[in-house]
Amino acid sequence: MNSNQVLKRNRSGKVGQAVSAAWPICLGYFPVGLALGVLARQAGLPWWAVGMMSLLVFAGSAQFICVAMLAAGASLPGIILTTFVVNLRHGLMSSALAVHLSGASRRFLAVYAYGITDESFAVNMARFRGGNWDRWRALLVNHLTNAVWIAATLVGALVGQFVPQGAFGIDYALTGMFICLLVFQLQGRIHILTGLLAAVISVGWYLLIPGDSYIVGASMTAATLGYFLNIRRRRRSP
Amino acid sequence: MTFADYLLLFGGMGLVTYGPRALPLLYLARKQLPQWLIDWLALIPVAILSALLAPSLLTDAAERSFALGKPELLAAIPTLIFALKTRSLAGTVLVGMLLFRLTGMFI
Repeated sequence: MNSNQVLKRNRSGKVGQAVSAAWPICLGYFPVGLALGVLARQAGLPWWAVGMMSLLVFAGSAQFICVAMLAAGASLPGIILTTFVVNLRHGLMSSALAVHLSGASRRFLAVYAYGITDESFAVNMARFRGGNWDRWRALLVNHLTNAVWIAATLVGALVGQFVPQGAFGIDYALTGMFICLLVFQLQGRIHILTGLLAAVISVGWYLLIPGDSYIVGASMTAATLGYFLNIRRRRRSP
Repeated sequence: MTFADYLLLFGGMGLVTYGPRALPLLYLARKQLPQWLIDWLALIPVAILSALLAPSLLTDAAERSFALGKPELLAAIPTLIFALKTRSLAGTVLVGMLLFRLTGMFI
């Protein structure tokens, strides 16, 4: 086998690995995207607006919230502000990813940033941590999942008018996805503990403080507590 | 709403979404991060997902009050077990939807 063939084989291997990493997200995105498209149509959005939203925003939970707010008659600045607060968490993910993307060009990072979602982040971080993963495969995961997301929401929007409200449990699609992504993140006792802390703090924060600050506030607080508990544990058992 | 209204809304949402995704990456990827920050950031994903999930399972959104025994929570427990056993994203989404549908029928 000459070097050209080796290179080719290597490349298809990389693409194959990216596809196999993206595949579970795509399978998950399909019902979630369908659900979003259906709910958007039921809220009165035209089908092309659903496609436009998926292309320009590409943030599942913010898109669900936007549809709910439009249905409730919220103002455009109110929806944009809520989107900002809900998606601030991606700044934390972006910071965590920066560790693995050092040395990449500015252009690469600008393109990569578009595809940072809860899902691609969870999958790419797990792969980066396991080693044997590079930024091009991670970028491919982002774009494959983006394409499937846009397609799924469009299909949902096109069939939306024929689906009765609440059918097939579609309201639960996003919750189901978050539950599984959470499971992917449970890699040790400290992660389980941090998750439990975040659950308690976010519920308390949500009940006491109006608005959506509970997501960013509770996750940063819980991660900080988890960080210090981990240091204490390490000191006790050298 | 007209085409221009939607463009304005989604363009605005897109900008405020892209900003937090891009700025830390563009700024931090060229620096060596301190170890404490790396350790802290490693706990962020689990904390965010838990903070997104817990209030939707344990509170009533309309009244913003504590609520135990919502269909969302009852369906979440077997869904979580399914996710732990199979680690399948698509399977968990579909099983969750089915369980939520079934819970809604009985409650």
